[in-house]
Amino acid sequence: MTQKSRDRLCEHETSVLIAQRNHLAEFSLFLINAAGDIFLEKHWKSVVSRSVCDYFFEAQERASEAENVPPVIPTPHHYLLSVYRHKIFFVAVIQSEVPPLFVIEFLHRVVDTFQDYFGVCSEVIIKDNVVVVYEVLEEMLDNGFPLATESNILKELIKPPTILRTVVNTITGSTNVGDQLPTGQLSVVPWRRTGVKYTNNEAYFDVIEEIDAIIDKSGSTITAEIQGVIDACVKLTGMPDLTLSFMNPRLLDDVSFHPCVRFKRWESERILSFIPPDGNFRLLSYHVSAQNLVAIPVYVKHNISFRDSSSLGRFEITVGPKQTMGKTVEGVMVTSQMPKSVLNMTLTPSQGTHVFDPVTKLLSWDVGKINPQKLPSLKGSVSLQAGTSKPDENPTINLQFKIQQLAISGLKVNRLDMYGEKYKPFKGIKYMTKAGKFQVRT
Amino acid sequence: MTDSKYFTTTKKGEIFELKAELNSDKKEKKKEAVKKVIASMTVGKDVSALFPDVVNCMQTDNLELKKLVYLYLMNYAKSQPDMAIMAVNTFVKDCEDPNPLIRALAVRTMGCIRVDKITEYLCEPLRKCLKDEDPYVRKTAAVCVAKLHDINAQLVEDQGFLDTLKDLISDSNPMVVANAVAALSEIAESHPSSNLLDLNPQSINKLLTALNECTEWGQIFILDCLANYMPKDDREAQSICERVTPRLSHANSAVVLSAVKVLMKFMEMLSKDLDYYGTLLKKLAPPLVTLLSAEPELQYVALRNINLIVQKRPEILKHEMKVFFVKYNDPIYVKLEKLDIMIRLASQANIAQVLAELKEYATEVDVDFVRKAVRAIGRCAIKVEQSAERCVSTLLDLIQTKVNYVVQEAIVVIKDIFRKYPNKYESVIATLCENLDSLDEPEARAAMIWIVGEYAERIDNADELLESFLEGFHDESTQVQLQLLTAIVKLFLKKPTETQELVQQVLSLATQDSDNPDLRDRGYIYWRLLSTDPVAAKEVVLAEKPLISEETDLIEPTLLDELICHIGTLASVYHKPPGAFVEGGRGVVHKSLPPRTGSSESAESPDTAPAGVPAADQPSVIPTQGDLLGDLLNLDLGPPVSGPPVATSSVQMGAVDLLGGGLDSLMGGGSGGFAPAPGTAVPSNTGAPLGSGLGDLFDLTGGVGTLSGSYVAPKTVWLPAMKAKGLEISGTFSRQVGSISMDLVLTNKALQVMSDFAIQFNRNSFGLAPAAPLQVHAPLAPNQSVEISLPLNTVGSVMKMDPLNNLQVAVKNNIDVFYFSTLYPLHILFVEDGKMERQMFLATWKDIPNENETQFQIKDCSLNADSVSSKLQGSNIFTIAKRNVEGQDMLYQSLKLTNGIWVLAELRIQPSNPSFTLSLKCRAPEVSQYVYQAYETILKN
Repeated sequence: MTQKSRDRLCEHETSVLIAQRNHLAEFSLFLINAAGDIFLEKHWKSVVSRSVCDYFFEAQERASEAENVPPVIPTPHHYLLSVYRHKIFFVAVIQSEVPPLFVIEFLHRVVDTFQDYFGVCSEVIIKDNVVVVYEVLEEMLDNGFPLATESNILKELIKPPTILRTVVNTITGSTNVGDQLPTGQLSVVPWRRTGVKYTNNEAYFDVIEEIDAIIDKSGSTITAEIQGVIDACVKLTGMPDLTLSFMNPRLLDDVSFHPCVRFKRWESERILSFIPPDGNFRLLSYHVSAQNLVAIPVYVKHNISFRDSSSLGRFEITVGPKQTMGKTVEGVMVTSQMPKSVLNMTLTPSQGTHVFDPVTKLLSWDVGKINPQKLPSLKGSVSLQAGTSKPDENPTINLQFKIQQLAISGLKVNRLDMYGEKYKPFKGIKYMTKAGKFQVRT
Repeated sequence: MTDSKYFTTTKKGEIFELKAELNSDKKEKKKEAVKKVIASMTVGKDVSALFPDVVNCMQTDNLELKKLVYLYLMNYAKSQPDMAIMAVNTFVKDCEDPNPLIRALAVRTMGCIRVDKITEYLCEPLRKCLKDEDPYVRKTAAVCVAKLHDINAQLVEDQGFLDTLKDLISDSNPMVVANAVAALSEIAESHPSSNLLDLNPQSINKLLTALNECTEWGQIFILDCLANYMPKDDREAQSICERVTPRLSHANSAVVLSAVKVLMKFMEMLSKDLDYYGTLLKKLAPPLVTLLSAEPELQYVALRNINLIVQKRPEILKHEMKVFFVKYNDPIYVKLEKLDIMIRLASQANIAQVLAELKEYATEVDVDFVRKAVRAIGRCAIKVEQSAERCVSTLLDLIQTKVNYVVQEAIVVIKDIFRKYPNKYESVIATLCENLDSLDEPEARAAMIWIVGEYAERIDNADELLESFLEGFHDESTQVQLQLLTAIVKLFLKKPTETQELVQQVLSLATQDSDNPDLRDRGYIYWRLLSTDPVAAKEVVLAEKPLISEETDLIEPTLLDELICHIGTLASVYHKPPGAFVEGGRGVVHKSLPPRTGSSESAESPDTAPAGVPAADQPSVIPTQGDLLGDLLNLDLGPPVSGPPVATSSVQMGAVDLLGGGLDSLMGGGSGGFAPAPGTAVPSNTGAPLGSGLGDLFDLTGGVGTLSGSYVAPKTVWLPAMKAKGLEISGTFSRQVGSISMDLVLTNKALQVMSDFAIQFNRNSFGLAPAAPLQVHAPLAPNQSVEISLPLNTVGSVMKMDPLNNLQVAVKNNIDVFYFSTLYPLHILFVEDGKMERQMFLATWKDIPNENETQFQIKDCSLNADSVSSKLQGSNIFTIAKRNVEGQDMLYQSLKLTNGIWVLAELRIQPSNPSFTLSLKCRAPEVSQYVYQAYETILKN
């Protein structure tokens, strides 16, 4: 018997044995690329055979696109929970009853951490840093209990690689593992380390709103909602205690806070009071739903028609600003998935560049800035495959855009104050509105 | 320089090279080598051969190297247990290190090495670490207890680690508390009976305090633990809810969903009149909506849970329809779930919007999704009556598109609409018939044939249409064949003159040329019906069909309640109780929602409602914490879900045609007695495992026995509603002045009225049989229950069962036939004239051979001889003589079973010893064990 087959057998026995137990602790992670290769595995308890991923590959094959692989897949002895990000599947293998959101949240946290450590998260970079990856994963989870998932703290335990450090390490023989207990780990403010020092003290907040909308054929709004976040970059010495107040806090009735925010204070005074983590973090995310009136900043005029008789169709779209409070709409990008029977498109844009991919049938038009005096348009004809009847489905137009200096919900920060420290920090607030899933039906 | 270089060496001598490098004198080289080993490990290469060399690198001051070696150890220790011992010393030493990081690392790693020999050495260091001054070490040690318990549970208990762990719940550091809770929960899961997490108001308070301060993951553990607590009254429930609500604003969706679970569960206890109840409902909507803006994987899990929440409390999200509208680039699994919820939320107020959306979806690219959207339009029509017309016209529009799969799907749902609103929309039949030729899917063909058969009298060329299908009869799927058979018989009954030939043809096709038994059976039934009594045939085949209702795709209420208790778990994703898929089935405790105290339905105000007493309608049952089944029994499910009162669940269409009303009228004509349907003879052993499980419970439950007359055990659930389409049966056996009866409570937990009850026993050891038919006078409305005492006799046919007192029962109602089995206590069979003459007793005692004597111990019984004797006499165990030998009382007793078997007993009672010795002698020794059980039941109650 070869070593390998003996291993298999062994694994089989363990998995049968363990099947009797009911455990969170059973947790293995496989990273799988788009080609279906497992390029990293990590087992927190017993080694689960790779063959368990066959069930995942089956599901992957069945799904038309990578995005459509179901996130929860049952197998006879395990459950596979997966997330798909950066063209990598992060597949967790667990046994029996574990809250699936717990696992999926954790997986997303793993991806965020990789991105934070390495700048990008890709197969190449993970392979390049496999030892750090392994060390970080080990620090993040123990026996099914997440340990350190705040990147602030992780970075104190395992230093992220930099070119300089690798060189220095090689010369001096020092390591990239911290040998001190991270200071914040157990304090009342676990998200902040002590002894922070800066020469320039600054606190910047970005209010970023993404607008998700579905607009129907006639141009009326079916649903529109705003997903907002306030991301902060705080570099302040010591233990600053900040308060942030809004001109119109009433807009925020559905919010999720960073753990640092004092909930009681918000409940009673609608003021955000918090000791911030050091560095970049998301202070809060909020949701302005369809009930409130959501302003739609752009409109699309479209005329797409196919005729039964001829193999030629007409195509014309125009994009224009709507409720932008006088701000410029920029970074406009129009994409649309054309029906399968579309052979080619002959189009002329009034500005920007356009591409039609005859294989994927994806039309994309990079518009750029919208000049209200001269609205950008894209006109031309669509040629259909000869002999096919006119397409059943209507293409949906997908829109991306950005508006600087504007939070479309109307949210405005009133003031930012700092207590607990003596110095005067630099403060800044920026606003931005972006399209999230912004779709126009034709 | 990157780590990818570690992957490049794949040549044969690799292991040798690594070995050499690992044993190098240079620290740097060693570390590089270990890194290479780790890299090989991550891609699944086997590097276990290097075990001793890697372990040799363990004693080092370099923390990174140490960590890497530890990583390696965890992976391979199991395969090299003897080698792993080498590492023990270093571990023990590291547990004493001044640096808490190293202490914690050591204790953490040791717990991951699943080697028995090592665990012994782990105890002392672990004990120290659990009391470490540094909370980081304590919290790591807490987790280690759970790991150790998994390897060797006995060791953990013997060493008293569980108590230390319980103490950590009161630790000053919230992270330590959270980890202790997590560890205890995990240990408790593998020991469902143990009372590890003894939750009381004090410990709950500690948990709630820690909840505010610990990390997000800790919050999840604490919330899940809170969800298992049963507050003593509505006030406590409210105060917990108030303290949990802030968690709804957490950025971590798992925290949010766990908080939702706690709130949904405890809400059950709050009165609907309370202002707070309304506030809470309002607070639940925004976080649920927010979950839908997260990553698609999170959305999916959230949607599966929202699906449950919407069914349980539709009011929470009734205004949020729009957030469930589908975006075209949502992953398909999200789309399908959203669609399902849209239909559940559809109401008269929003139906126009919903229909417009659904019509839009019907033109999408993804075929599965389009089909489901078309089907959804049909479900809307059935759900919202006012919209039916609009739905039908939408469907007709879709049929006009001539897209093949859309047309087929539309025809399938139109059939359902006909079933719901008969004689209303038949005008569309002509349009449907135009598409006959394009139908190639069995379900659509079957639906179309059903429509033609059902409305044959209005379709002029119905015979031609059906005949055209007949040509390829044998190539059709069973579904279509069955449907075609029924449709042609219907046609014949409606237009007998023109279609005689056709019906002959189909009957011979079905009965003579087919291999399918279902088809043949149905063919013969029709044939015989038609040939013996055409009038009866008409009544059977053309009987009025029950209307279908939208409730058919709702989750059954008892299951829904259980799933609500499991929000956020895999159970909630699969919509199945955990027992249905958790492997091993161990550690699965059925959870139930707490009963509402002071509900608005009762006229009492919440203040006057007796706090803490669940609304028990059966005083004999004392609900204990462990007795969840008992709690379920008393569960007040709140207001019944409104629905058409006469709606019957949709049975497979074919089956309805044949049996719905057909067999009922055939067989219900008798005295209401239960006659098994032909060909469905009562299986003699179904339900046995279930029944015996419940039977065990029977012996365990305490209760108040009646001293006059034979002891009656409290009622237990024999047939849970989940297994019987909403019918729950609980009951017990009693014997009073010579007659045995089975006392039943039938509870209707379904959404429809139940009627036509009948009962039958399988043959059993003592010939128990019902002495009268089961009499349920009025139909049983939803959420109603009825108590019945069914008199029994012992003249039924006899068959020896195992266990001896096993009784298999079949119960029938208008919905189905259900089987369960139960164990009856033997003392219901002890007859009144069971007192033997003294002389006779002595003679018989001597006469029965000694090998027939069995001895039992009855433990923990504090009664004296006289009270024992009078207690037993109540259940027809008669004391013949009493002697006092050397300070101990000897009772000589006799009893007789209904079948004439005598049992003689000697009961020895020592005044100082609470355990009695019972010696039984009987010519049929196999009953002794059950007589002993009866003794025990009687004496202990």
